[in-house]
Amino acid sequence: MAYDKFVTLTSRAVPLPVENVDTDQIIPARFLKAVERKGFGDNLFRDWRYDKANQPIADFPLNDSKYSGKILVGGKNFGSGSSREHAAWAIYDYGFRVVVSSFFADIFKGNSLNNGLLPVIVSPAFLEKIFAAIEADPTTELEVDLENQKITLLTTGESEEFEINAYKKHCLQNGLDDIDYLVNMKEEIEAFER
Amino acid sequence: MEAKTLFDKIWDAHVVKKVEAGPSVLYIDRHFIHEVTSPVAFLGLKNRGLKVFRPDQTTATPDHNVPTIDQELSIKDELSRHQVEMLKKNCDEHGITYHGLGSEGHGVVHIIGPEMGLTQPGMTIVCGDSHTSTHGAFGAIAFGIGTSEVEMVLASQCIMQPKPKKMRITVDGELGKGVTSKDIALYIISKISTSGGTGHFIEYAGSAITSLSMEARMTLCNLSIESGARGGMIAPDDTTINYIKGRQFAPKGADWDKAVEYWKSLKSDEGAQFDTEYHFDAADIEPMITYGTNPGMGIGVTATIPLGEELQGTDRTTFLKSLKYMDYNPGEPMKGKKVDYVFLGSCTNGRIEDFRAFAQFVKGKKKADDIHVWLVPGSKAVEKQIIAEGLDQIFEEAGMALRQPGCSACLAMNDDKIPEGKYAVSTSNRNFEGRQGPGARTLLASPLTAAAVAVTGVITDPRELM
Repeated sequence: MAYDKFVTLTSRAVPLPVENVDTDQIIPARFLKAVERKGFGDNLFRDWRYDKANQPIADFPLNDSKYSGKILVGGKNFGSGSSREHAAWAIYDYGFRVVVSSFFADIFKGNSLNNGLLPVIVSPAFLEKIFAAIEADPTTELEVDLENQKITLLTTGESEEFEINAYKKHCLQNGLDDIDYLVNMKEEIEAFER
Repeated sequence: MEAKTLFDKIWDAHVVKKVEAGPSVLYIDRHFIHEVTSPVAFLGLKNRGLKVFRPDQTTATPDHNVPTIDQELSIKDELSRHQVEMLKKNCDEHGITYHGLGSEGHGVVHIIGPEMGLTQPGMTIVCGDSHTSTHGAFGAIAFGIGTSEVEMVLASQCIMQPKPKKMRITVDGELGKGVTSKDIALYIISKISTSGGTGHFIEYAGSAITSLSMEARMTLCNLSIESGARGGMIAPDDTTINYIKGRQFAPKGADWDKAVEYWKSLKSDEGAQFDTEYHFDAADIEPMITYGTNPGMGIGVTATIPLGEELQGTDRTTFLKSLKYMDYNPGEPMKGKKVDYVFLGSCTNGRIEDFRAFAQFVKGKKKADDIHVWLVPGSKAVEKQIIAEGLDQIFEEAGMALRQPGCSACLAMNDDKIPEGKYAVSTSNRNFEGRQGPGARTLLASPLTAAAVAVTGVITDPRELM
């Protein structure tokens, strides 16, 4: 799937200090009935974001006007559960380009990387610092530098390096996906089958 | 020669190419698809002008969206119907075998694969569904993938994956009365947490595992993903081979002998290294029940909800948020709590042995007055077998009705939703907030515990009624 190239992002961040945010919360199953990839952002965190009367729940961070930005910061074990790629699509479609957590579930991490959404894994201590900084000042900005694999809290200048597979980094920096790569391998795959 | 794990043996045999400083290109033997996670992948193929590379290695069935009553009629929900029709259309266009609603081969995708003999030891198997881990019970590398990856497999029969770490979980000893493989799984997850398996592929071993039937093994491997592991597997043995023999797509004649010889070689070598190892004693495992909003929040059915006093920071707030959703308090016993619904079914516990166990338990008893019981076979074949064995009569005499196959109340995507605020003891796999319907409260348990609840209306230790 085509997505924007990722270089460096400087943005405020939306905090979601909850652990084990599963993909059923990110997008409930009843919103998975589309046959095209569009509009999933409207239902991002649907049941945490809206009440039964479809009114926004004021204290949910996405509804809180003091928070904004293209970075979502979540508690540990973010994206667990169902393999639905719709979760990554919903987060991207809403406008996020980075999700920060101290720990991601495997399938969600892979799905994000395949869709231009960068999962940034930080230490639990640094995650706490980010949450504290945003709580103290919601205009706090973070800088995510993919080339140098570095995330910086711009208010204090504190930074941490993050890991990313070199191949996936190359894909993100160039807006490439795996399918082009695999389709170009057709002869090798046919030879393997024999 | 270097000692290899079962996982290594199968993985290494499927690597087409290792990308430098990147993932491996892994060849996929079997690809299962369903209606929810495939349409965008087919659209991607169309946009690139590609055809499905190996349609004969792909099998399709609609399961998530389908109703479980009146399947003969057209699906009422327009979006659901469209998604199911789209799967059929895509399959027709690309020459993929499609097991439609009401047909002999229809069912939950992870139930029909093994039933037909499509799932075999030594294979690599994927599906756009996290419970693909089920197929690992046969000694296969089976894992759930996202839709981009579904598109990759449709386009090239390959997927790009970094090699995971390896974990072995050994459970030795004899299981107590009323303890099933579902309880083993919930026990393990309660010990290692829902992220304990992340980054790993699990091999289950030990006498308590090898003594399990094939279907019980599928339940255990199915729940591997709930520990965060991509998949879980069990080395094939006579139980595996006897299960596969004679099934529709099982190898025949000389091919069978050759296959069996290969399958018997599929086990971890003596001295093979695992990145992480756990050992558990089967005697420590009770019938389990969950009290919170992730599958790691499980306890023995006779236990009390943890106090969580040792938890701090977001751990503590997450724990309390979970109990608030359930409307439970720390320190309360689970036994005796009121239940509104019982759901038997899903890719976790929707097989014939699950229905036999449930039927045997409720035989001669009556459904509790104010409880709804949904009995949903995992496939058409399971439904037929239930009827052939007269289990439907037992259910009827107990005041319970059999429904038609599908994912049903596991995920609130079809008509079978648990109403807001109600409690459901469910044999499925996830107790996340809203998983079975907005505001629904899920308690995961085995078919036996579910049967005990169905006849008492409250959380009950099945051993007391056996």
